[in-house]
This record gives sequence, structure tokens and C-alpha cells, in this order.
Amino acid sequence: MGYTPQSGTGLLGSSPLRKEGRDKVLGASRYIDDQSLPGMWHGATVRSAIARGRIRSISYDPAVDWAQYAIVTAADIPGENTIVHLTRDHPCLARATVNHPEEPIVLLAHPDKTALLAGVRGVRIDYDPLPGVFTIEESEAAVAANDTERIIWEGSDAGGTANCFKQYCMYSGDAAETEAGLEAAFDTADFIVEGEYATGAQEQLYIENNGVIAECFRKPSGGIESVCVRGSMQCPFYLVHALTLVFDLPEDKCRVIQVETGGAFGGKEDFPSVIGSHAALLAMKCGHPVKMTYDRAEDMAATTKRHPSRTRHRTAVSKEGRLLGGTVDFAIDGGAYATLSPVVLSRGTIHAPGPYKWPHLRVRAKAMATNLPPHGAFRGFGAPQSLFGLERHMDKIARTIGLSPEELRRRNFLGTGDCTATGQPLNEPVDMQHLLTRALHEAGYHEKLARFTVENKTSSIKRGVGFASFMHGTGFTGSGERRLNSLVHLDLLPEGRPQILVSSTEFGQGTNTILCQVAAQTLQLPYDEITIARPDTSVVPNSGPTVASRTAMIVGKLIERASQQMLATLRAHAALPEAHTADDFHAAGLRYLAKHGTLRESVRYEPPTKIYWDDDLYRGDAYPGYAWAVYVAEVAVDMNTYMATCTRFDALQEVGKVMHPVLAKGQIEGGVAQGIGYALYEKCMWKEGRMMNNQMTNYIMPTSADLPPIHVHFEEVPSIHGPGGAKGIGELPMDGPAPAILNAIENATGVAFNTIPLLPEDIFERFTSLGHPHGGSEDLDVTVDRDTRTEAVEVTA
Amino acid sequence: MRSDVGQFDFVSPASLDAVLERLAAEPGVHTPLAGGTELMVALNTGRLQQHSLLNLQHLSELRFIRVEAEAIHIGSGTTFTDIRRSEAIAIDLPLLSQAASWTGSVANQNRGTLGGNLCNASPAADSPPALLAYGATVTLVSSHGTRTLPYSDFHLGYKRTALRPDELLHTISVPTGWSGYRQYIRKVGTRNAQAISKVALAAMARVDGDRTSRVIGDIRIGAASLADRPVRCAAAEAAVRGKLVNETTVRAARTALAGEAKPIDDIRSTATYRAHVAANLLEEFLRSLVG
Repeated sequence: MGYTPQSGTGLLGSSPLRKEGRDKVLGASRYIDDQSLPGMWHGATVRSAIARGRIRSISYDPAVDWAQYAIVTAADIPGENTIVHLTRDHPCLARATVNHPEEPIVLLAHPDKTALLAGVRGVRIDYDPLPGVFTIEESEAAVAANDTERIIWEGSDAGGTANCFKQYCMYSGDAAETEAGLEAAFDTADFIVEGEYATGAQEQLYIENNGVIAECFRKPSGGIESVCVRGSMQCPFYLVHALTLVFDLPEDKCRVIQVETGGAFGGKEDFPSVIGSHAALLAMKCGHPVKMTYDRAEDMAATTKRHPSRTRHRTAVSKEGRLLGGTVDFAIDGGAYATLSPVVLSRGTIHAPGPYKWPHLRVRAKAMATNLPPHGAFRGFGAPQSLFGLERHMDKIARTIGLSPEELRRRNFLGTGDCTATGQPLNEPVDMQHLLTRALHEAGYHEKLARFTVENKTSSIKRGVGFASFMHGTGFTGSGERRLNSLVHLDLLPEGRPQILVSSTEFGQGTNTILCQVAAQTLQLPYDEITIARPDTSVVPNSGPTVASRTAMIVGKLIERASQQMLATLRAHAALPEAHTADDFHAAGLRYLAKHGTLRESVRYEPPTKIYWDDDLYRGDAYPGYAWAVYVAEVAVDMNTYMATCTRFDALQEVGKVMHPVLAKGQIEGGVAQGIGYALYEKCMWKEGRMMNNQMTNYIMPTSADLPPIHVHFEEVPSIHGPGGAKGIGELPMDGPAPAILNAIENATGVAFNTIPLLPEDIFERFTSLGHPHGGSEDLDVTVDRDTRTEAVEVTA
Repeated sequence: MRSDVGQFDFVSPASLDAVLERLAAEPGVHTPLAGGTELMVALNTGRLQQHSLLNLQHLSELRFIRVEAEAIHIGSGTTFTDIRRSEAIAIDLPLLSQAASWTGSVANQNRGTLGGNLCNASPAADSPPALLAYGATVTLVSSHGTRTLPYSDFHLGYKRTALRPDELLHTISVPTGWSGYRQYIRKVGTRNAQAISKVALAAMARVDGDRTSRVIGDIRIGAASLADRPVRCAAAEAAVRGKLVNETTVRAARTALAGEAKPIDDIRSTATYRAHVAANLLEEFLRSLVG
């Protein structure tokens, strides 16, 4: 099954070589830790040893020669002590109090990286500890009891209430009418089905840890003239925004350059604002460029993870299997500061109803504060959490009322022309019925369902199949794209070749390649003719962050329009013929440049005129477009070891036009692998808010030996919103695997599991019913590691 | 890297004798390093306590597989890759060959040695259960001479071994001639590769008698992660030796194993899970004897 790169045009739908692929394969790509600047120092972070408390004192070990070090504390910050996201509650460096373990307090820089080990050890911080809250439940309990000792977050400049960063209440229609409808639905329903579902935190585990190199330049007067940070990141303009506050500088004095980035998955969306600000402060203090890179243990313990969640469903259903009404209570654990939690919560809220028709629906959602390091962006961004609850609940409803999971969904699917729960009419074609039919067929679902039922009777390995139906909205939620107001440039270089200028970043997913394909397709040029500039905020315009499955559809569309504009310009002013060759294009380009000097086409986002969103009522067109999917999992549960293994996976999705089949398949396979890890392997183990398994040896990510054959299938229904009909694809594959796998485990064993990650200890616990309430992997003792720690362990004889 | 490598001594003596002389001259000061697959992890995370390392990697005297009539003698510097490539080990000691394939990653197997694995003495290590079941012996050397002891006496407690500070593990001798035995090994790890055992069992048994009365003539069971060290499960062996393979025997074996297992809760699994799954594996093996 070799892959032969397609030469020639590289048009949309073909799979040309990745723009940066050759350098990556040859090891020529230079990531941040491969780079160095003359006179560069190294930086390190002194972090909080406790979850919550007041800082009583900071002292410095006299055995260390501190004159050799640059030391930065909150008092050195020239601007505002904040890492700005949606609010300003998150300090750049802790000053009087700490609110989570590993919170940065002191920064050190030294010319010799090894000297930082002694430096970090030599900073002593004394605390007056305060009680912390470490779960959604503990945070809620403190509010309910008005336990002011455990109110750890009071609100911010952007709202919020005690221990709660954000709340939404989303109705499927007018609030009062929906409440009345719900009351009637629950009064008259044949069945009322309730369920509670929970998901854990998840580490992004990009291959390359977070890292940056920062410089600070001075004015002749000595004041700060500008700062420049280069590093591994998704969103250069987010870091620009953060630096403008920390340094009190205008945007054009805060330059950010994205360098080759070794994976991100959302983990380099908001966090680079922290490490980037820190390195720039050290550069300011020591007068040298400063490199900060985290090792794996620091990266895992101190940086953002996926929000843990809890979803409670209460659903009124008729005996024919119609959803009559439902209430959803959705809660996420935001960690110690608000960061992006309100928007993660928003996406989780809007995806909570799934691809179904709800006559009456109310979703109440909240993001709670806990004394964990702040949770942040991770592929899916709230949707995997609420969709896990929904798709497990759909199977529970089916079992309760005696319908098959397939038939229940068929009776409630949204279709073309229907309205979503936010009141968005689905004007573009949607055919979930067909997707379900095809996915089950591709997976051999019905044949397996019958065969496993027979085979399981005599086997110690119980096999099962299950599926999940879902959708993922492309682009920013609601009015987000309008607010972003993204801008792209398309330049004609002096030799007559086009170059794309965007802030959209490549971090392994294919941004460079697909955007060049869009330009090649539209300009009718070979793919190799198109180049894309490195994202450097002093050069590229702000085309928005590289998040939210928005690059292909939103930025791609802007490139398509810029390309059309360039063709029109060259036809009107440089006699480019209607049907042109690459040579014709060069010749026309050179003619134009000779006459006008430069050619830059700029295009700004224009909302499709019909898109309407009401932020207050949470109603309207939530996303410009949706990708639709049905994923089918096959599992085997070994009754000797209680290990559940995913043995085959079929992923069918409708994503509009597939721009680059090889990259698209890779995105789906990778997302499914990450979803399998989310469901069955990856458990963040916390003790008083600190991650205890911050190593690859005990944070168990599945290896290739744990992953099944993943069969990827596409349906192509072009969308008017994306270039060549494309829609977003990046996050979608994170949403379906976990519920599909747990549905399959229930099919295999007859036991319903509703919490992920689901480890063998959890399955064992349920099957042997030892009777105590927690049990399973909650009994893991995170303070003991018999294999890899050297300290003595007391063993009772 | 959370250690300053400038703070560590790393010496490569020219011969085994030179290593032994250094160990004898300053007992307890130097730590032998073979493949380094454990010590370098500790160095990277800043928790390597020993600051003087004596390199053994280049010592060809310790890297051999010698096949004799009744045993295979394996030098302590033999890598897991060497073991996986040995036809004699694959045929005569299949449990050891299998365990070697489960150890770490391919890169770990290329550097990591059998001797290093035993001296690191993790209760979760992959090769000890097989060596315990086969009844291996170990030869220890020092500048004062050699001594040989049963491998089952080598582990004294959690990460404690019978090695004196001036001694090195030289040879692991494993008896062969198991053609009359059914052999079984199963590792229950945190995942299917690059995993540390939650529990593992190696077992072998000779079944005597005819089709109608199958009696367990001999049985030998080694386990990982069931106690503070790798253990031979003597009580479970005694409970079934000489018995017919039937439900009563299976129950007796489970009970005996539960009695001698002393697993703990740690970051990878729970004591109850380990004890129960070990019994399941033993039962799986016993039932296979009548198949």
C-alpha cells in the first residue's frame, strides 16, 4: 500500500507532497530547540509547591552566587501582571497568592543551562497554605455551603460568580415556551430516562514540548523599545496580545514568529502566551536573548489539558422512540483561572444536543474553578465531553425503551431543512440516515452483532460493536468569525510567483499544503508555483488563530477569494488570457510588476449575509457549517484481565470536499487514536491538584501495538462556505471514538460504563463488585511507583 | 535533563578484573552501569543518587550465550536483543525469549542487559518470572572469588539483592530439558508495548497419567508485581502438585496463590486487581493443561 506522491497540479482532491514535508523527513527542519541566538541565555521557572496559599516569603540560598543570574518576579513586570485571554484574572507571575500547583512565581536566567538546576533549587518560597477544591463537586459544594474558605475564585472583569467562570442557559426556543413544553413532555412521556456521564482530563502530548526564544530591545533612553518572541505555537497574534499588556507596548512593538512546530492539538493555543511572556521578561532583565524550553515532566505537570466534565441528562421519550424533550446539565472543570474555559464551555453546550431533533431542550452549562493548573484548548474543545454524555445516553434510552440504538437514532436524526437546537436551519444537505446505513455496512455491524452474541457465550473474550453519531461545527462559535475579522494577503513575488501571507500556522496538520492547493486551484497554476510565508506578525496579517477547525474552510475561502482577485487584476491590467499557462501567468505578473511595482491582494472575512447569532439568548446560526459523522467501534474485553481493547474502527464522515485525501485520512486516523487513548488509556492522576504521572512511562498513551486497523471513509457534499466546497475536519475525529467504544463495551459485556478513561481496574471493580463506592482506578496509589522510583517502599507483610 | 552531568564520574575500566578491583578497593562507592536503560532515566529526571558510574557495556567477557548439555549459560552483559536472536534460547527456554521481547522498546532491548535487569531488581521486571520458573542459578564474582546461588535466593526485598558491594553478577545459568512440560507466560501491562507489568506470570507443568486421569507431576510458577520482589509461588505449586486437574484443584490453586501474594496499590494498578488477575492467569494455565 505504498503512497506515490502525485506530481503535476496538486489541485484540490489530489495529494501533493507537504510543503515542509521534505525538510521534516530529512531532519532539516529547525524546531525552537535547534535554534540559538548569539549571547543567548537560558531560562527556568520556579513554581508553586502547593495548590493554594499565601506566599509568605521568597528567599534565596546564600550558597548560590545570585549575581550570575537574572531574577524576575511579579514586581519586575513593566505592564500589567496578567496573561490575557478572555479575562485578566490569570497572573503572569504569582504575587501574593498561589492558586494551583506548579504556578509560576519566580523566573531565572543564566548563560549556562545546567546552572539553572542549582538556581531553581536555591529559591525558597514559604507559604501559608489555604484549603483547595480539586473537583467539580468540591467546587460546587463550597458554593452551596457558602464556604468562603473554599471560594477560590470570586469573579473577574469579564463576569463570573463565586467558583464559576461562566454559565450558559440554552433553550431550543423561547425560554418560557420551552419550559412549558418541557413540563408537558415530562408529564406525558412514556419513558423518562436519566443518566450521568463523566470524562477525565487529557494531556495533548505533542511530540515537541513548549519552547520559545525571546529578545527585548531598548530605546536609546533605556526604556523598552520592543520585544520579539519566536517559538512553537498555534496563534502568534494571541501571544502579541499577551505581550502588549505585560510590557505595555503597542502591537507593532511586539513581534512574534512561529517556527516549525512539532504538534499542538490545542496545547499551544493559549499556553505560549505564558512561556512567551516569561522568556521576554527574562530577556528584558538580563539584556540577552533567552531560550525557555520545558522538559516533558514540566510540560505535562504545568501546562494545559482537556477539561474534565460531567453531563447529566434527563429525557422524555415516547414509546415509539421520539425524543419529546430533554434537559442537559453540563459542567466542566476549568482549573484555577478562566483562560479559555468560557469558549470551551460554549462549544460543549452547543454540541450537547447532537445531530437530533429536540422539540423542547434546555442545556444548562457551567465552568467551575478548581485548584488545578488551568485547563485549556484540546482538539474538540468541549464537544468530545458533551457528545460523550449524549451518545452514551442515546444507547441508554434505546435499551430502556426496547429499541435498537440504530432505530432510536433514525427516528430522531436532523435532516436537510430541519432546525438545530439553537434554531439554525440546515440549508445545506444533511443525510445522517445514509451516513448511518453506510457506516454500519462498512463496519459489518449487523453481522458482528449477531455473531458475537453467539460466540461470547463460550469465550472468555467478549466482543462487541457500538457506534456514535455526531457533528462538529466549523469555525468560531456564533459571531466569533465576525469579530475575528480575518485578513489574508496574496502577494506576487518579484519573479512573478504568488505567495500566501496568513497567520495560520502549520503544526503537522497540513495548513501550508492545503492553503497552497487552494491558491493553485484558483489561480490555475501548478502547486509548486505557490509559496507560503512563515508566520511572522511583522510580515503577515491577522488571519485569526489556527484553531476551531477553521483554517481549511474560513481561511481557505479567503485565499480562494484573494486568488480570484489576483486573476481579475492580471486579466484587467496585465493582459492575462482567460485560459492561461504558468508561463502566461509569470509573463503577465512581470508586466504588472514592471508597471506598478508590487501586487498585493487583500481579502477580509465577510460573513455569509444570512448568518445571525444572538449571544444573549444563545440562539441562531451557531456555526457556518458542520461536518457530520458516524463512527463504529469493535471491542474485545478479556475477562481474565478485564482489559478492553478496540479491535477495529470505522470512521465515516461528510466533510464537504476532501482537499488532500492523504492528509485528511491522517487527520482522522490520528484523531481516532487520540480518542481511543481518551476512552481506555489516558488517566491524569491528581493529588491535591498536582499531576502525579507526568511521565510517558506512567501516563499511558496507546502505542501502535494498542491501536486497531482504522478504516476511514468519506462522503463528499460540497459546502458553499469553504474553498472548493471544503469544511473543517481537524477536531471532528476526537468526538466520536470514546462513546462508540463504551457503547461497544456495553454491547460486549452487558454492563454500562459511563466514565472515561475506563481502565481495566474499573472494569474489574464492577465485575467483582467489591462494594465500596470508589474502587477501580480511583484506588490507584499515585504516591507509589514500585518500578521506576528509587526510594524505599514500605510493604506490609 | 534535570542533572548536571558535570557532577558525575563515568569510568570505563579496561577489563572485568579492573572493574572488580575498583569495586573491592572502594566498596559501595561505585555503581556498575551496563546498558544504562534504568540509570540514564534516573539521571534525566534528576534522581540518580550514585555519582560514580563504572561502565560495563564494553566488557565482552560478560556478553555470551553458552549452550551446554543441561543448561544455557548467559553472561550478565547479554542484551535482550542477543537473547531474542538466540535459536537455542527460543527452542529450549521459550519463556525467556518471550519475556525478552516484552522488555521496554527495541532501543531498550539493544542496550539493556539481562544482568542489569536482575540487579535493578524491580518487582515488575519482565525476565525474572521465567528465570524463577526455570530454576536458574546465578554466579557472582568479586576479586576474592566466585559463588553460585539459586536465583530464587538472589532477591532479598524491594530493590535489594544478595550482591555484596564488591560483587558483580557474572552468569545466569538456566537448566534446559523442559520438553515434557507445558509452558505459559503472560504479561498484563499498562499497554501492549513499552509497558511495565501490572502483574505477570510464568508457569510450566508436567502432566502425568493417561487421558482419564491427568495428574500434575511437577509445576513451577514465577510471578512479577505480586510482592516487593519477583517471587516463585511455592504455595500455589504445592497446592496442585500431584493433583488431578479439576475444579477443586483450580480453587485450591487460587486460594493458595491469594495466600502468598502480597501485592500493593501503586500508580499502575491496585492490589486487589493484581491478586485477582494473577489467580485468573493461573487458572487459565491450569485449564489449558487438560485441553
